[in-house]
Amino acid sequence: MKKPYRAIKMNPDKWSWDQMPFLLMVLPVALFMLMPLIYIFNHAFKPFDELIEYPPRFFVRRPTLDNVLELFQTATTTGIPVTRYLFNSIVITAIVVFLSIFLATLTGFALSKLKFHIKGVIAQINTLAMMFVGTAVIIPRYILIEQFGLIDTFYVHILPVIAIPVGLFLVKQFIDQIPNELIEAAKIDGASSFTIYYKIIIPLIKPAIATIAILSFQAVWNDASISATFINRDSLKTFAFYMQTLSSSSNVVAGAGMSAVASLIMFVPNLVIFIFLQSKVMNTMVHSGIK
Amino acid sequence: MTKTTSLSIKKWFETEKKQFKSDDKSAYFFTLPYVLLFMAFIAIPVALAMILSFTTFDMVSFPKFNSLNNYIYLLTADEEFMRYILPNTIKFAIIVGPGGYILSFVMAWALAQISYKLRTVLAIILYSPSLTAGITMTVVWKVFFAGDESGYLNFILLELGLIVEPIAFLQSPEYLFTIMVIVALWGSMGVGFLAMLAGILNVSPELYEAAAIDGLKTRWQEIMYITIPAMRPQMLFGAVMAIVGTFSAGALGVQLSGSNPTPNYAGSLIVNHIEDYGFIRYDMGYAAALSLVLLLIIYFFSRLSWRLFGDKD
Repeated sequence: MKKPYRAIKMNPDKWSWDQMPFLLMVLPVALFMLMPLIYIFNHAFKPFDELIEYPPRFFVRRPTLDNVLELFQTATTTGIPVTRYLFNSIVITAIVVFLSIFLATLTGFALSKLKFHIKGVIAQINTLAMMFVGTAVIIPRYILIEQFGLIDTFYVHILPVIAIPVGLFLVKQFIDQIPNELIEAAKIDGASSFTIYYKIIIPLIKPAIATIAILSFQAVWNDASISATFINRDSLKTFAFYMQTLSSSSNVVAGAGMSAVASLIMFVPNLVIFIFLQSKVMNTMVHSGIK
Repeated sequence: MTKTTSLSIKKWFETEKKQFKSDDKSAYFFTLPYVLLFMAFIAIPVALAMILSFTTFDMVSFPKFNSLNNYIYLLTADEEFMRYILPNTIKFAIIVGPGGYILSFVMAWALAQISYKLRTVLAIILYSPSLTAGITMTVVWKVFFAGDESGYLNFILLELGLIVEPIAFLQSPEYLFTIMVIVALWGSMGVGFLAMLAGILNVSPELYEAAAIDGLKTRWQEIMYITIPAMRPQMLFGAVMAIVGTFSAGALGVQLSGSNPTPNYAGSLIVNHIEDYGFIRYDMGYAAALSLVLLLIIYFFSRLSWRLFGDKD
């Protein structure tokens, strides 16, 4: 007999066995998603004989730090230590995350709360630009960046990636929720626009800030294409790029331990940051809708 | 004619000036840096692609105007494009775009009915592959699909006796495309998925209860008439993110197989073709025409989702 229809119960407070069917829907997909990640965690700590052994095993039995040491001690083919790539990545990521937060919040504030007649147009163009796929215009981008004289400079890692249309969109949507009265009141008290931005807006939009932080962190930390396309000097390349050459040049199986460590270094910061900020991100996503 | 246009330009300028006077000047300072960077690295490249697509340009001599030649070549003479690249791109987009999108929705819908702590853990797991932007993790998939018996898949198939000797999955035109789809779907649950999850959780329970009283009969009706309409803005955001994610994943085939073009062009998408012509053959004009075709395809799919989920007015 069919069960009678009842209105759906979203967001239940406690676990109950009624939720089992939904858990069963999600679990297979979750396992599929998790498998490669468990794999790198295991592979990264396998000693050499376990890496090359046949039949291949999934789980590590005698974990070592050999691969980590090898990654950091082996001189790269270019003679540049891995730590240099890592250093580049960290510095670039820190600068980009900071600047993209600053610009997105400042611009989002102006587009949402300040009065100027072209703001509608800018917001619309920005929404359109969310569909923009950077790789599609890699050729004209290359030509422009060459004209600007940015090839082989540190800036080429930073300038092209600060403006993130999705980030600005999410921040603007979030600021739209802040009541105008708050801003009017501050204006009457004689606060300048920048003071309002700094003293009122910023503290209220922490969730949105967390969200752009994650978006821009991911975009920059994982990016290998800028190093591959615009940088010829090895000392200016990033860790993501090095990781890519590692996985494509070295023997797939024997070099896999080092590659796994490298992907772990790529992956873990992403994960940790996301775990810490996920509730803020979800809070922002409530306002993500395009209307 | 010219007089009227110059007059209307003047009029336009006047009204702009008048409006500018009552504008908050600091707003211009606040938006200027973003707008400049946006122009330099997003808007102007698109405009430049349009202009260059009508020229022959090899990066050395000045671009030469050649009217529609690039487009004519694209439609009539670029055999790989018509035979492999375009069908591959469309096929990839149609499977991975809606596939990942529907998967995201179904997962978000199921997750929303699970209690908070468990849901959070599962959501993090589902989202985690896209944390690495997919491409970084190709190293993992490369070992899984490795062409000798040490590759996991080959090992499993050999053990089961399904194959006699290992298959070079990543070098074989037959399998590469399927593998690309699997890897792309693996990394497809990104920001759009989070938005849909937040959207579903945010639909007010009263709506469901009212609909139940009004005579909804099945869960399916509920999803179609209540859940999706109530979270249409998030559905649209998710769709746009799915489209962008799908077309950005274009480098996957080259990453996995290690060569551009991929074996027999089996895993080559427009993005790879652009790089092939631009950075290997230095035919920038033609590469720009290809870029424009890609942008048009993306735009087409976005308009389609706007039709489906945008405000109907």
